[in-house]
Order: sequence, then structure tokens, then C-alpha cells
Amino acid sequence: MLQIKDLKAKIDNKEILKGLNLEIKPGEVHAIMGPNGSGKSTLSNVLSGKKGYTVSGDVTYFNENLLELEIEERAHKGIFLAFQYPLEIPGVNTNIFLKTSLNAVKKANGEKELDAIEFLKLVKKKASELKFDENILSRQLNVGFSGGEKKKNEILQMSILNPKLSILDETDSGLDIDALKIVSDGVNASRSKESSFLIITHYQRLLEYIKPDFVHVLINGQIVKSGGSELALELENKGYESLS
Amino acid sequence: MDAREKEIEKLKDYKYGFSTDIENTRAPKGLNEEVIKFISNIKKEPKWMLDWRLKAFERLKQLKEPNWQKPKYPKIDYQGLYYYSAPKSMDDKPKSLDELDPKLLETYKKLGIPLQEQARLNGIAVDAVFDSVSVATTFKGELNKKGIIFCSMSEAIREHPELVKKYLGSVIPLTDHYFATLNSAVFTDGSFVYIPEGVRCPMELSTYFRINATETGQFERTLIIADKGSYVSYLEGCTAPMRDENQLHAANVELIALDDAEIKYSTVQNWYPGDKDGVGGIYNFVTKRGLCKGKNSKISWTQVETGSAITWKYPSCILKGDNSVGEFYSIAITNNHQKADTGTKMIHLGKNTKSKIISKGISAGFADNTYRGLVDIARNADNARNFTQCDSLLMGNKCGAHTVPYIKNKNSSSNIEHEATTSKISEEQLFYCNQRGLNQEEAVSLIVNGFCKEVLQQLPMEFAVEAQKLVGISLEGSVG
Repeated sequence: MLQIKDLKAKIDNKEILKGLNLEIKPGEVHAIMGPNGSGKSTLSNVLSGKKGYTVSGDVTYFNENLLELEIEERAHKGIFLAFQYPLEIPGVNTNIFLKTSLNAVKKANGEKELDAIEFLKLVKKKASELKFDENILSRQLNVGFSGGEKKKNEILQMSILNPKLSILDETDSGLDIDALKIVSDGVNASRSKESSFLIITHYQRLLEYIKPDFVHVLINGQIVKSGGSELALELENKGYESLS
Repeated sequence: MDAREKEIEKLKDYKYGFSTDIENTRAPKGLNEEVIKFISNIKKEPKWMLDWRLKAFERLKQLKEPNWQKPKYPKIDYQGLYYYSAPKSMDDKPKSLDELDPKLLETYKKLGIPLQEQARLNGIAVDAVFDSVSVATTFKGELNKKGIIFCSMSEAIREHPELVKKYLGSVIPLTDHYFATLNSAVFTDGSFVYIPEGVRCPMELSTYFRINATETGQFERTLIIADKGSYVSYLEGCTAPMRDENQLHAANVELIALDDAEIKYSTVQNWYPGDKDGVGGIYNFVTKRGLCKGKNSKISWTQVETGSAITWKYPSCILKGDNSVGEFYSIAITNNHQKADTGTKMIHLGKNTKSKIISKGISAGFADNTYRGLVDIARNADNARNFTQCDSLLMGNKCGAHTVPYIKNKNSSSNIEHEATTSKISEEQLFYCNQRGLNQEEAVSLIVNGFCKEVLQQLPMEFAVEAQKLVGISLEGSVG
């Protein structure tokens, strides 16, 4: 579903990604690990289409040139980014935001939009599956949310939008162990033959809960080593130094 | 393109910009005693009304146009304007909607106010003012049963002179200021509402103002009286055709609430704002003032100002009765070259009076938006309270937002709070919304509607939906 070939990305004339190659097939879970400044967040930004980067290389997503699509078009086609720092939007009820988002995606795909009642039914079901406090939904989007609540809210959005490719950008950072478990359960519940995941993280900890099919080590804008889930453990013991 | 996109596409340009080709009766051009007599005569007014107008005109000659406001404008040629313009078919006033000129009905239909269906479907009583005259008032019969008077100002002058004489000019005196006095001399039509003691008006009352004729000023006058223990909610909407001249709109609105009465006055103002380069558009110089005359009375202003080249107005409350309450909720959106200098005055005279001001200013493009407000606590206004919150939202880096709060406090038992914020829509917020599938315009509309939420909530249901759409549309093309 996703083939990345020789991907380079520059921002303010500084090259961050320096020829990255990666292939993700439907249903696979890939983890990208790497030290600070290795280009992990840049990769998630470039894949979701954030402006401000000069990008070259080939990224093919379901036989389409992903780099030519607008941010929202990528979202319509099933790319979801769980933000490292989810944004606050004052005055906008979380429920309204979720409904607007879901219906925008449905509309773009020619599907029937949900009315308020259908939507509430869906969101209540998902929230209880993920053991979320429903009160969160009637609050203003991310305003006054704790770090954990913001991340849980991202996972709730992911499970409602049912994306084909979910990119989790350091979703585990700032989570206590209980929140980490809930978030991981949410991801695991969304795993299926059709949905793929790209999990970006510093630590092996998250990967104890979400077992990846592949682990890649990103250092200085390139993937220097790939392997199975055992690679994460190896890194935890030896550190990134051994690879650079 | 699906239906919704088409709809938005259609709305992108000012959708009320059409004009109706209709034969007009006009007063001679210019401002003089003869013209005032012409207006009074054509409206078959009693002599006291004409005398009142002439008194205002005398006063006007001594007044100077104010120029302390932030948005400046080129000198207005008052002698180059028509002060009265009415569709010819109104010369013999039609008795019912069925007798109305089909072209007029068509115009209101295009504006989304089908007068005939309106009467049956929406349960909102509408008074439609076209240029200088009121063309139709719906639901009159039903309101009459409750003793409610809802009619055009001209009719009220003829049919209910005792009420008009008593209250007209009692809140905005003849001598008030240049534009208010000009209005008193030449006002043409508008709405009159009287709610009798103890009556809760069973439906929203609404007036729809339309400027159609060219080189014409619109000077309507609205007077609403809520007698003891009564309640009324009143809505006002405005549009005008696209013209490359600036047209003057100087209305006066007076509200009077007696003991335990409540008036809720909502405005969605969408006069033609001028084109992208700032050519044309309405000068919206309006005086709106409410008097909480009785104890425990309440007046609440809600305004959504998205149109006009310049908006310059301060809907105000005089809190004279003990325990009376004044509220002002405002959204002012300025885009392209639009300018707004708007806010409120809360004059606390009675004891235990309370006021609340929530103002949301949004500027985009090259626009300039000023909140100017006065909280005035008089010596005898024991335990007066005020809460003011002014929030500004900027889009882009060529627009401006200003907050000018004046506070005069002569009583040490009062409690005054003022909060103000200025913020920008961030690229990160937009990216977040885009990533969730919203396009740029949907994202802006969502964020701005969130910003305005506290005010939009104050609008009656039917208007809130319209206003939300309008908020999104007014800002289209302002980002990205």
C-alpha cells in the first residue's frame, strides 16, 4: 500500500530526511525508532502533507503519487496522523469536531454522512470500547485536557475514522502506564488485515504492548537497520550509539 | 461538485448583491425643509410629527458631523442624496400580501424571506422594509388578539399617536448627535412594537431591511415598548445590492422596558461590504439605545456584524430601574477593506444593576476592527456590577484589532471586571483540522465559529444557523 523510495526532505535549507526507503503492506505494523533529531517527526509530517518542507523522492500510496495530494485529500484516502502535540481549538466541542471530521471523510468518499443521532451512537460505542470517559466528548477540543487525555482523544479519533494507514507520532511520550495500556489496547483493537500502522517512538516500552511486525532504526535521516520486534529489545540494551 | 459545494460557491460572492428593477417614487434630491415636508406629507403624518421633524432639522443645522472614530471616510454630500424612495406600487398601500407588487414578493423570496410562506411556516412575524417604506407585515391578526401591536412606524404614527408621542425620542433625544438627529428629521419607516402588560410575545418578531434604490440613504426608525412584565424577542436582518457608491444607513432604534419586562434584540447585519478593493459598500452609522426604565427590567442586544464598508455603532443600555440588567453580545467580522468601530455603552443609574459585555472581533485581509465600550457607574448606583470580555482574532498580518474600553466609576460599592485577549489562527491548528479531512475553508469556519460560540448561542435558533454559515462565508478566501 505504501512504498517510499529515496525520500528526501528539507526545511529552512536543512536536509532532515536523506534518502529514506520503506515499504508497508496492508495489515502490517511498522515501528520506527531513533534518537532525537533523527527525522522521525519529519517523516510523519511529510507523509501527512504538512507544508513548509521541500520534498523529493517517490511516495506511492495505493498506486497514487502521495506527494501530489493535499493534506485533506490524504486524510480522505485513509491517512491518519496521531499528533505528538494535539492542538487546542477553543469553543469547538470535541463531539462536533469528530462529527465534522468523520462526515468530511465520508463525503469525500461518496458515503452517506451521519446525522447527530447515528454519530452519537457510534462515538458512545467507540468510547466505551476504549474505556474513555464520555465527558471528554462534550468538552472543548483538547482545551484543558491532560497529556493523557489528549493522546486518548487522538486514538478515539483514529478508531472512529477507521483509517488505512495510521501514523502514531510519539503517542507514548508523556503517558503514564495506565494511559499507555489504554492507548495500546485502542491500537490493537484497530488492527486488521486492511489497516496498517507506522509507530514512531523513542522507547521500546510501547512495543511491549503493540507488537510490531517490523522495527526500523532511523538515524540521521536514513533507515540504518531493519528487523523484527527483537530489534527493539536489542536497541534498548545497546543504545543507538552501536548503530551509528 | 456536490450540492453543498455548489451552494458555497454561489454564496462566495455577495449573494444579496442583485437589485430589483422597480419604479420608484422619490423625494427631490437633497436635504431641506421642503424634502422633510414632502416625506411627512406623503406619509400622511399629523402636524405634531412634522413639527418634531422640523425641530430636529433646526437642531441638525447647529450640529457637526463627529469624527473621533477610527475608520475615516470621505465627506458625505448630504445634498446629493435622496431621502425618500419607495416602490410606486406602494402609493396606494396594498391591504394584504396578495395585493403586493409581485416584483417585491420575488425580491424577498430571493433574499430567503418568502413573505407569504413565512406567514404560515416559520411562525416568525416579519415586517419588510424596502428602501424607505414598510411593504408588508405578516401575522398581524394573530398578534392583535393578544393586544400586541407590530406594524410599520408610519402606521403607528397614524394609529397609535399616544404611544409614539410618549416614547419616540425618549431614549434617543432629538438633540442627541449628528446622525441620530439627521434620522429624527428624515426618518422614513421602520418597525413599531408594543407588548402590553403581562404578555409574553408568542413568536419572534422580525424586520428585514433592504436598500434597493441607488443614491439613496436609508433612515429607518424602530421603537419597541415592552410594558410591565412583558417579554419580546425581536430580530433584524439587512442586505443591499452591490453598488460602487457608498450608501449611508443611519437608523435609530429605541427600546423601552418597563418594570419586570424583557426585550431581546438580535441583529444579523449583512449590508453590502464593498468589493475586494474596498470600492462601494454601506456606511452603517446606526444609533441603538435601550432604556431599562422599570425595576427588574432587562435588555439584551446580540449583534452579528459581517457586512458594511464601515460599521460604526454602539447598541447601549441605560440601566435606570433598580435591579435592571443590560447585556451586549457582539460578533464583528471585517474582511478585505472593511472597517468596524463598534461596542456598547452600559450606563448604570439604578441600584443593583448588572451588565455583561461579550465582544468577539475578527479581522482578516486589510480590515481594521475596533471594540470601543463605556461602562459608566453613577453615584447612586449602589452594588452595580459589570463584566466585560473582549476577544480579538486576527487572520493574516495586514489587519488590525483594537480594544478601547472606557470605565467611569463614581460609586465605590461597584464591581467591574474586564478581560481581553488577542489571538491568531495558527498554522498548526489548520494543519490539525486539514489532517482530519477538513479543507481550508471548513477549518477556518470551524475555528472561527468556536471563537464566536458564546455569542452565537444567544441568537434564536433560526438565526443561529444562518449566522454560523455567514461567519464562515464572510471569511472565505482570507487564509492560504
